[in-house]
Amino acid sequence: MDNIAIELRGIDKSFGPVHANKNINLKVRKGTIHGIIGENGAGKSTLMSILYGFYQADSGEILVDGKAVSIRDPNAAIAAGIGMVHQHFMLVENFTVLENIMLGAEDSQILNKGIAKARVELKRLEREYALEVDPDAVIEELPVGLQQRVEILKALYRRADILILDEPTGVLTPAEADHLFRVLEQLKSQGKTVILITHKLREIMAITDEVSVMRRGEMVATRTTAETSVEELAELMVGRRVLLRVEKGEARPGEVKLAVEGLTVKDGRGVTMVDNVSFNLKAGEIVGIAGVAGNGQSELLEAISGIRRAVSGSVHLNGKPIEVTGRADPSDLRNRGLAHVPEDRHHVGLVLKFEECENAILGYHHDKRYLNGVFLNVDAIRKDAEKRIAEYDIRPPNPRLKTANFSGGNQQKIVLAREMERGPDVLIIGQPTRGVDVGAIEFIHRRIIEMRDQGMAVLLVSVELDEIRALSDRILVMFAGRVVGERGPDATEGELGLLMAGVEGRKEAAE
Amino acid sequence: MSTPYAKLPGWAEYGLIPLVNLAVAFLVAGLVVLLVGENPLEAAYHLINGAFGRGEYLGFTLYYATTFIFTGLAVAVAFHAGLFNIGGEGQAYVGGIGVALACLWLDQTMPWFVVFPLAILGSAFFGAAWAFLPGWLQAKRGSHIVITTIMFNFIASSLMVYLLTRVLKPLGSMSPQTRTFAEGGQLPKLDWLLAIFGLDIGTAPFNVSFLLALVAAFCVWLLIWRTKLGYEMRTMGHSPSAARYAGMSESRITVITMMISGALAGMMALNPIMGEQGRMQLDFVQGAGFVGIAVALMGRSHPAGIIPAAVLFGMLYQGGAEISFEMPSISRDMIVIIQGLVILFAGALENMFRPAIARLFAMQSRRSAVVAQTKGA
Ligand SMILES: Nc1ncnc2c1ncn2[C@@H]1O[C@H](COP(=O)(O)OP(=O)(O)OP(=O)(O)O)[C@@H](O)[C@H]1O
Ligand SMILES: [Mg+2]
Repeated sequence: MDNIAIELRGIDKSFGPVHANKNINLKVRKGTIHGIIGENGAGKSTLMSILYGFYQADSGEILVDGKAVSIRDPNAAIAAGIGMVHQHFMLVENFTVLENIMLGAEDSQILNKGIAKARVELKRLEREYALEVDPDAVIEELPVGLQQRVEILKALYRRADILILDEPTGVLTPAEADHLFRVLEQLKSQGKTVILITHKLREIMAITDEVSVMRRGEMVATRTTAETSVEELAELMVGRRVLLRVEKGEARPGEVKLAVEGLTVKDGRGVTMVDNVSFNLKAGEIVGIAGVAGNGQSELLEAISGIRRAVSGSVHLNGKPIEVTGRADPSDLRNRGLAHVPEDRHHVGLVLKFEECENAILGYHHDKRYLNGVFLNVDAIRKDAEKRIAEYDIRPPNPRLKTANFSGGNQQKIVLAREMERGPDVLIIGQPTRGVDVGAIEFIHRRIIEMRDQGMAVLLVSVELDEIRALSDRILVMFAGRVVGERGPDATEGELGLLMAGVEGRKEAAE
Repeated sequence: MSTPYAKLPGWAEYGLIPLVNLAVAFLVAGLVVLLVGENPLEAAYHLINGAFGRGEYLGFTLYYATTFIFTGLAVAVAFHAGLFNIGGEGQAYVGGIGVALACLWLDQTMPWFVVFPLAILGSAFFGAAWAFLPGWLQAKRGSHIVITTIMFNFIASSLMVYLLTRVLKPLGSMSPQTRTFAEGGQLPKLDWLLAIFGLDIGTAPFNVSFLLALVAAFCVWLLIWRTKLGYEMRTMGHSPSAARYAGMSESRITVITMMISGALAGMMALNPIMGEQGRMQLDFVQGAGFVGIAVALMGRSHPAGIIPAAVLFGMLYQGGAEISFEMPSISRDMIVIIQGLVILFAGALENMFRPAIARLFAMQSRRSAVVAQTKGA
């Protein structure tokens, strides 16, 4: 009993009619890594927000080191030794690493003194936890993996003994994720306590000591990781058996639906992001684009779907050209049978302030069935949204709820439902299962395969190599804006990994 | 996690918080009155009494409110599309041309209900035209709308001085204004509306353009929340990148929104020109375009909020005039200070008391949860 870092007793929290946390009890032992898993909307983020003082529980107690504490706001949480790494980083983009870490913990009115002290302290933390990062680098120029490291350093700098990470690996490349886990192991060996929320059961198995499972607002089980299995956890989460492997038959590719020729795209600063890329996408096949994030996949998708102007090259949809270098109109492309699930659901795929049903028509708002002349047919829109909500099991099933109040995974389902259910000829889909729970992943994957079997052409971009390998009929690997290799679905992880790192690719290109 | 504050029930969000803000604004204003050595309670009495005390006073308050509803709606419409239209002042001013032309043309031959629709169209057309240019410049040239609309206020002012001194002024007249319109160019008062409540309108210019303002408020609600165009405007206002993804044309929406906004601002001109003076004078807008910004801010850009906010500002105008009349050491400028305080607390510092109120609510709900638990046990 003596070595409990955090204990939650009877935590209860409702948002209006949504009962997000029901009488939650949880004990996290000191010096361990404790995983928390659960379906989308199970209440994990809510629980952690309560622990970090973002929300107040309606009732219940929080004990830190055996003492009851009242955590009214994040400052109180920090004072109690609790730090949090947010899923959406809370860093000042145009500050340096050092400035961000000091922000709000300046120690002294005279900044110079504080800076010198912070620098020394930062060096110590870096050494101790293998958290190397250049203190003078500006945040916006750092890759996400490093930004996350800064978030961790920020918490440690404030002397956090307990670190909460909410889906930290969602945005990381596999290498970055590996590094993160080494850091967490290091923290653990120094006696720190880590709470890790993730949807990736493999990560749970690899790194946690104990794991707690939430379902529909309740804490349903806690297991010692060594004594459980992925299958058991999945079943505990969803309440039924989950098929963790995708089952699919042979692809029967038909005619070419999307033909990309010599496509070159530059970003705002004139840097070439997509470099002379060519490929074909046929009806009834799934082509996966593998690659470490930031190697041009995002820009490729944006150019094809008409959001970003390409510099040169051509794209044909159903044999007719898309004006990728001119004024391609996304709504015109939708009419021509191209659907697009963007990677960034928060800024592109959804308007977070809209009601769910308003987002369910985004991009399809010209559709006759949603309109009465110039007026929106609100009834039809809501009815349609309700249907989608039922089909995709979006929770809570309320088309009038503000989209920001849905959990991450459910937001993703809103976008998928909208884009997939119209039976497009070509489906372009970026990170389909980012932040989505195992049950929903199973559902989404099955859906994608069904779409393929009905003759749809699917272009899939994902940083999850597993996902690419499980779904794709052909795999293209992108590195530094170019397609550096094509492989079949039976390519090994190592083989793809080398291509993604640009090692194999250079050789192949040279031949 | 987007809002660190707990969500409040609707009545607290839309009722309690604005009221608390308003109360604080008046408290601080009271302190200012105290500073100049006057009795704040007396000032408050004159303010309220001056705005609502008699049918005539109420008529004036609602007359001003009519003006502010139009300009408030104008700002709100643009705001929904993420555009900050500071040019309501100029658009209303130029809108006056449309009203004046309709009246000068037909006032002697036609009754008011024929002239009025034409004047509405005219004011909306000229207001929209004046807003079109800044909108087009932003859409095609990237000139920021805040800057261009401000500049267009000045251009409008010069243009109107030119027109009123050279073109629209009757020969031989010495004042920069059009001739006084015949009966067809003057709107009937809403004396019967106040009479229902047993009030006498007296000399107050409260007229049928108030009803038009209410219709406009309803149409704005329809536009924003019930039409495809409104949907596109809101999408762009919340997230330009989502609008691009959805295939909405940013430049098209910018131009159209600005024109609607300008049309609403332009319609404001009906109230003073046809409703009060019966002619177009220099400077008839008198800052109403800017007050519209405060009204929209306070009314949360929702017609149901804009109407009460406009009435509040109407009250400040009318009651404020009464204060400076009854208490000479409180000048017109003092009234402007009070209005400024209302804008400050109700608009700019809107979130000041929110955390405290949210905390109170959180405590309250926790207590009731505990009570419920002990009862259950
Ligand atoms: N601010 C809020 N207002 C209303 N409802 C909310 C709010 N925040 C969360 N919810 C609801 O509470 C429930 C739990 O949400 P939470 O974000 O904790 O889920 P989660 O387990 O983190 O899910 P995910 O794995 O998808 O991130 C959901 O039904 C969600 O819609
Ligand atoms: Mg979550």
